[in-house]
Amino acid sequence: MSTKPQRPLSPHLTIWKWGPHMTVSILHRITGTGLTVAGLAVLAWWLAALAAGDAAYAQFSAVARHWTGMIVLVGLTWAFWQHLFSGLRHLVLDTGAGYELRVNRFWSVMTLVFSLFATALTWFYLMGVGR
Amino acid sequence: MSRGESATPLARVRGLGSAHHGGHHWLEERFTSVSLVLLSFWLLFSLVMLPALDRGTVNEWLGSAWGAVPMALFVITAFKHGLDGLKVVVDDYVHEDGTRVGIHFFLTMAAIAGAAVSLFALAKIAFGAN
Repeated sequence: MSTKPQRPLSPHLTIWKWGPHMTVSILHRITGTGLTVAGLAVLAWWLAALAAGDAAYAQFSAVARHWTGMIVLVGLTWAFWQHLFSGLRHLVLDTGAGYELRVNRFWSVMTLVFSLFATALTWFYLMGVGR
Repeated sequence: MSRGESATPLARVRGLGSAHHGGHHWLEERFTSVSLVLLSFWLLFSLVMLPALDRGTVNEWLGSAWGAVPMALFVITAFKHGLDGLKVVVDDYVHEDGTRVGIHFFLTMAAIAGAAVSLFALAKIAFGAN
């Protein structure tokens, strides 16, 4: 609250050594925000273009196949997989499990590894069908 | 009445957290997240399995009940989960109540508008009004 008097703050963010769990935590927010703002906009545009007609869909396809569109789509694919694996990790953490330092670190790093692998696999299959 | 030792666990968490809504929002976010694991896997596999992504092929798929119904569920659940998530981010970083509620209002309207556009488009495809 902006009306609160100045009080000493506990030094939280600045005193911790940065670790993979912190990276994954903030990435969960960034990817979630990106998926909602950009991902759902693309979804709505895609469905609206499909409904509107051939010209509208051709316009959507042209943007999607342009290199800038591809960067957005590949980025959204990575954001999807990162948010998914990180979200699954969070569902496990919600049960109270996985807080041991080594275990926590291991699964944090694994969400990063899995999401990169899954993104590559997704686009391998999407491109492989010859589009 | 103070919520001391005698309060139930539920009474103690009601109204807590930066959103001041206790555990309800938190639980809904988890429910929609589990639903989205299933629905987004369905969407991704469907897109990969489609023989092509031209308008005719995609509309034929979304015109069937097996395409349209899960897609409607995905749209509703994704917009709900996305809205819930953005609200949490706003709650954590915006501390002035008027601004916070104002942004919540804007986000809610945007999410409902986006879902409405998507569902209307889907209905148009599914009921073949092309």
